[in-house]
Amino acid sequence: MFRQASTIAYYTLLEALRNRLMWLLGLILVAGIGISGFLGELAVTESAQVQVALLAAFFRLAAVFLVATFVVTSLVREFNDKGLELVLALPLPRAGYVLGKLAGFAALAVVPALLFGALTAFFAPPLQATLWTVSLLAELWIVAAFSLLCVLTFNQIMAALSAVMAFYLLARSIAALQLIGQGGISSDSLSQKVVAGVINAIALMLPRLDQFTRTEWLAYGGGGWATLAPLLVQTALYMTLLTGAGLFDLYRKNL
Amino acid sequence: MNERSIADVPLAARAVLALALGLQLAWQATQPVLLARAEDLAPPPTPAVLNVMSLGEPVALARGLMLYLQAHDNQPGIQVPFLKLDYARVQAWLAAVLLLDPSGQYPLMAASQLYAQVNDPVRQRQMTEFVYQQFADDPNRRWPWLAHAAFTAKHRLHDLPLARKYAQALRLQATGPAVPAWAQQMEIFLMEDLNEFEGARILLGGLLQSGQITDPNEIAFLSRRLDELKVKSAQAGQNGAGENK
Repeated sequence: MFRQASTIAYYTLLEALRNRLMWLLGLILVAGIGISGFLGELAVTESAQVQVALLAAFFRLAAVFLVATFVVTSLVREFNDKGLELVLALPLPRAGYVLGKLAGFAALAVVPALLFGALTAFFAPPLQATLWTVSLLAELWIVAAFSLLCVLTFNQIMAALSAVMAFYLLARSIAALQLIGQGGISSDSLSQKVVAGVINAIALMLPRLDQFTRTEWLAYGGGGWATLAPLLVQTALYMTLLTGAGLFDLYRKNL
Repeated sequence: MNERSIADVPLAARAVLALALGLQLAWQATQPVLLARAEDLAPPPTPAVLNVMSLGEPVALARGLMLYLQAHDNQPGIQVPFLKLDYARVQAWLAAVLLLDPSGQYPLMAASQLYAQVNDPVRQRQMTEFVYQQFADDPNRRWPWLAHAAFTAKHRLHDLPLARKYAQALRLQATGPAVPAWAQQMEIFLMEDLNEFEGARILLGGLLQSGQITDPNEIAFLSRRLDELKVKSAQAGQNGAGENK
């Protein structure tokens, strides 16, 4: 199964690379440098930090958007072309298909992570740029796996992309929501407690993406391998969860 | 697309999902408790930058900025006491919002009703003075906040001359039809508190003669007050003459 899965992964990556994705990445790279350079020039002080902070935030969002869009559109197209049925007609377990696709998307995520990460190395110490790159890669893997799960569930571009974006925004802001829930003006009221409880329950199911790929590492330093370790554990756990959910969903489909 | 039953999902796939779900819940449950940290209020951008930021929607941006400013009192997980806020910056933000949306009442309401309620006379004075300065730009719309500032000056700051200054501005500048008579009469009662009976009597008499007050009950009430003031004024005059002798 692993050989078949690696073949699927290879062709998934090949499809991405032949899809003018590199051109798009190049455009984002140039746009990011241009915008951050311009705004960095406007800054009265800390212009280097302004530039790297804007660059990093722009690259992070762009990479997430690119990966999510590619995963969703590629899989929906494959479903519509009956490519999934064709592949599953071969002696290949469904798990092989999911794992192969995931591996292909994970390999694809390496490209923007490395490209954008390499550029941040010009503005930040090598260790901090490395941490940022590895963390961005982990974040992109989670986004890619969630996008895969959403396509398997919704089968439609709009619904899947909306769900991915909602998940990403929620995972990025859940910590702030939890804090608001804890310390509101009427924190003792029953409704406030219920709301806080619901938010905490949602937080249990989400990765804390606000802890990932932090711009402050590049702007101020301070990140270390110890910072990265829990993020990698969280990535491994969440990837397993999403893979399990994807397998569960695909195995239940009557194709 | 019909779905198969859960029993058709291989046991290994179900086991992976259940195990991963359990591990995720356990991992998140063991993460350290989030601690809130108060953040300082940054100075506002310049009016030119704010105009660009508004993208032609200054009113919307002004409303958003007021929410941003308020968020600094009640940051996620923490409530910052007004005493810890930098009031010079708060005032700068309020002024910036007023520049964006001069018709908006929110900044002056916040200044007089929220930020002036802090238990610190210096900050209270700063906010009431801010309201006084801004009142002059649009008295007929901004009078409620100066009236509240006068109230704060009298009852919180116990500074009757300051309260009278605000009340006088109300009487002289807030002359539109929408301004209620009580706002214009405020100075009279403050003068009474200041034992300036003669001045209060003249003002009240002038107000009654001007025809601005039309409600019969209000005319009757103010006339009684005028009579009382005449008596007090006469008594004050006799006392003054007695002391001189």
